[in-house]
Amino acid sequence: MVRESSIMKVHYYTGLAAIVLVAIHVMFRLTAPGGYYASLEYENVIANYSNVSYVVVLELILVTVAIHGFNGLRVILIELKQGEAWERAVKWLCIAGAIAVMVYGTRTIILASMML
Amino acid sequence: MKRVRIIVQRYNPKVDVQARYDEFEVTAERWTTVLDALLYIKAHIDHSIALRYSCRMASCGSCGMLINGIPRLACYTKVYELGTDTITCKPLPNFPIIRDLATDFKAFFAKHKSMRPYIINEDIDDSNAKEFIQKPEEVEEYLQFSYCIKCGLCYSACPTVATDRLFPGPQALAQMYRYLIDSRDKAIDERLRIVDDRHGVWRCHFAGSCSSVCPKGVDPALGIQLLRAYLLGHGKERKKIAELYIKKL
Repeated sequence: MVRESSIMKVHYYTGLAAIVLVAIHVMFRLTAPGGYYASLEYENVIANYSNVSYVVVLELILVTVAIHGFNGLRVILIELKQGEAWERAVKWLCIAGAIAVMVYGTRTIILASMML
Repeated sequence: MKRVRIIVQRYNPKVDVQARYDEFEVTAERWTTVLDALLYIKAHIDHSIALRYSCRMASCGSCGMLINGIPRLACYTKVYELGTDTITCKPLPNFPIIRDLATDFKAFFAKHKSMRPYIINEDIDDSNAKEFIQKPEEVEEYLQFSYCIKCGLCYSACPTVATDRLFPGPQALAQMYRYLIDSRDKAIDERLRIVDDRHGVWRCHFAGSCSSVCPKGVDPALGIQLLRAYLLGHGKERKKIAELYIKKL
């Protein structure tokens, strides 16, 4: 069984990583040719997917936020109610939720990059 | 001298459906404590009020109650220092009520006991019993945590205890740190396993209310954060952190 300290280490590291990655993501917008508002136009947004480093950052944000967010949800839910069956259900639902979000998000990133 | 109104929550879970509030008027001197006022009421006005007390000098930790919304020791709270003519006394939150202001400490003590609050050291030679030698700086690392009188005020102020009944609470976790950091104790891994749990040390929100209500100046929130640091692998820096804290004091 994974120790709670190991899970919480992952929780803290993904939280910190998400802050850094989102900052990088915002920097992509701010430093885009044509300025911030032009970078939000549909063609420019889709064009971003030709930039491998942009796609990698986007995927990493997806993974870190999904892990951090669903673990946070697990923590809140097991604090609200206790019991072996409830806690087991919460654990697997959160794992399933995180995987579902990562799979769906990755699929979206792949589809967007295929539109180019 | 002034007249004050004391409002006491009355509730007997075996008989009453819900709590009621009884009001009493007493005369308070500058030195009158809330416990003095309650004992006056019990002796002269209403004998049936249930409350727990013993030493009357903030040493036994028996008379904890919610006084004007804050967990305090009744014997350590002067009527005058509250700055009001109306004082409301309720039982400590997060504890089952036995009757009126007396609460049940069974779960609280069980959690304290589960932390194994004693020195564990297999290297001790029982046949040749002699004192442990400790440096003053080794004592300083845990000294403040040893001032805990187990009054339960921190436990009653803790928002996590209010929602998670399996959370050990600030008192037990601070005592865990107190023994973990003791240079005489040799059961670090065993101790860390106890608190490294789904409902263990990680569930603290660091609200800090435990430290602000402690009548003995103990900082359980610090103990919990140091325990977490230990689990995150910063145990070697514990001495530095403790020294910084002592300097701050």
